[in-house]
Amino acid sequence: MKVTRRDLIAGAAGAMALSQTARSEAQAPTDPSKVRGKPPRANGERAATAKVQRLVRGGTSSGTPHQDLMGTITPSDLHFERHHGGVPEIDPASYSLLIHGMVDRPTIFTLSDLTRFPSHSQIYFLECSGNLGRTAGPETTPGQLAGLTSTSEWTGVPLATLLREVGVHKNAKWLLAEGTDAAVLTRSVPIEKALDDALVAYGQNGEALRPEQGYPVRLFLPGWEGNASVKWLRRIDVSDRPFMTREETSKYTEPFADGTSRMFSFRMDARSLITHPAFPTRLERGWVEISGIAWTGAGRIRRVEVSTDGGKTWASARLQEPVLPLAHTRFRHLWEFTGTETVIMSRAVDETGYVQPTRAELLKLRGPGTTGYHLNPITGWVVQADGRVIYKEEPWA
Amino acid sequence: MGVTRSRLHAVCAAALVVTLATPMSAQAPARFGLGRAATPEDIARLDIDIMPDGTGLPAGRGTSADGATTYAAKCARCHGPTGKEGPNDVLVGRLPAEGFPFSQDPTLPHTIGNYWPHATTVFDYIRRAMPPTAPGSLTDEEVYALTAFLLHANAVIPADAVMDRNTLPKVVMPARKYFTPDTRKQSAGKPRP
Repeated sequence: MKVTRRDLIAGAAGAMALSQTARSEAQAPTDPSKVRGKPPRANGERAATAKVQRLVRGGTSSGTPHQDLMGTITPSDLHFERHHGGVPEIDPASYSLLIHGMVDRPTIFTLSDLTRFPSHSQIYFLECSGNLGRTAGPETTPGQLAGLTSTSEWTGVPLATLLREVGVHKNAKWLLAEGTDAAVLTRSVPIEKALDDALVAYGQNGEALRPEQGYPVRLFLPGWEGNASVKWLRRIDVSDRPFMTREETSKYTEPFADGTSRMFSFRMDARSLITHPAFPTRLERGWVEISGIAWTGAGRIRRVEVSTDGGKTWASARLQEPVLPLAHTRFRHLWEFTGTETVIMSRAVDETGYVQPTRAELLKLRGPGTTGYHLNPITGWVVQADGRVIYKEEPWA
Repeated sequence: MGVTRSRLHAVCAAALVVTLATPMSAQAPARFGLGRAATPEDIARLDIDIMPDGTGLPAGRGTSADGATTYAAKCARCHGPTGKEGPNDVLVGRLPAEGFPFSQDPTLPHTIGNYWPHATTVFDYIRRAMPPTAPGSLTDEEVYALTAFLLHANAVIPADAVMDRNTLPKVVMPARKYFTPDTRKQSAGKPRP
């Protein structure tokens, strides 16, 4: 996905408007201990002076503002969104999921049926495979660069439970998941994933899914490209072959330098991103906690290495425990900024030994014309002598 | 009935044994019996997917000439008068020679003629999602005709070819042979970005 100059200007203007609003709303007393506080409310909201928002990009996506967040969980209203026909409005009372095809008992489940099955909750990241601002300029935030990944606790019924309920045939190999949005989005999913850890999810961070996350029900495929986790799920058609839908053929495929294009590239590979310091932060001299997120569709992050000298030397960052599989992992590294310009960067290593590649390594395999899907390069931030932090694509030296 | 002290002890002991022997959670049944059986009508109402071998294609037919009118009326606004101009996805265009140079040239549009591996996908996608102002509103005849129009504009089928449930699955797309499955599983542990 491209970040245009216009996006950047719009983003900056939005941030300015936001801080002005925050100032005018905040009428904090000089001494809060001398004024009785506010009564309880049915719904809480963010402090007026701590408002954060997603970066809306065009009519089809908005990104998580990683530079404004901490820890590992993405607040539900800041979870990225990407849709192909807008966010549908669905009446939960008339919602249903049809499972048919290579099954003994084609069945229609209502939302109430789905929530009566034994449920499972787990913290997982979800990432759009097009999660890279490819033509980003110096004034690019972590959210603009890689805002299409977020982490939530998802709750639902394991798809394996539903497939057992309908009597999935032994020779089934694939299934089609279909949404009830205006794109009637479809993806083919291998049966192994469906029977492994796939969820038919209806919960996110302790409550119902957000509309832009698939309310009332979505498919959730941990560690896999977001597009395959079909939202607003209305139908599952079990088959022995893939369906070759538009998304999985003409869109979410990656041309390689050898003159082929890779399809059904589901797994998201390991990536890390320093979220502080990053644009638009301005550093003071002294000790800085470099902090960021790392994640991998292959399981757990084993190690994140941080360089503060443009990649000449690397040190292992501290990982926030517990390091959960298939979830954002927070890493931190102490560094003293002395006022000398340098480039800071991070690289992730996952439990399979996979090392996050450089952009040059990626482009060698993919070619300069490759699509923006499944690009997870090491990201560098230039810390200038005056403390300004800007984005710069490699090569950094 | 009188309850003696020793009987009470016995009952308590028995209760204790029962408690210890009871599993923490019941075993899941083979089936929960939730949901209702889907009728053939339920399935037919929603089952609109088309497979590469033509499974799911409805009755109906269309030619490029039939599709030209519908294209001009319902598609050209977003995809351009000939499918090459945009502003939305460029649909028409072939590569000058044999090969698949997308990785080398970022300006190459991924058109139906040079990138889509299956002709059935064109029918499936147009019918389910187009046009965005009225998704799912086209008749099967219109979709066959638009499919024929786009395949002919891409020089994949001749001008007089009739597209229907028998002919469409037999159309071989030029890009089909360039698609490969994901091989990363075989190289687990080694970087193959």
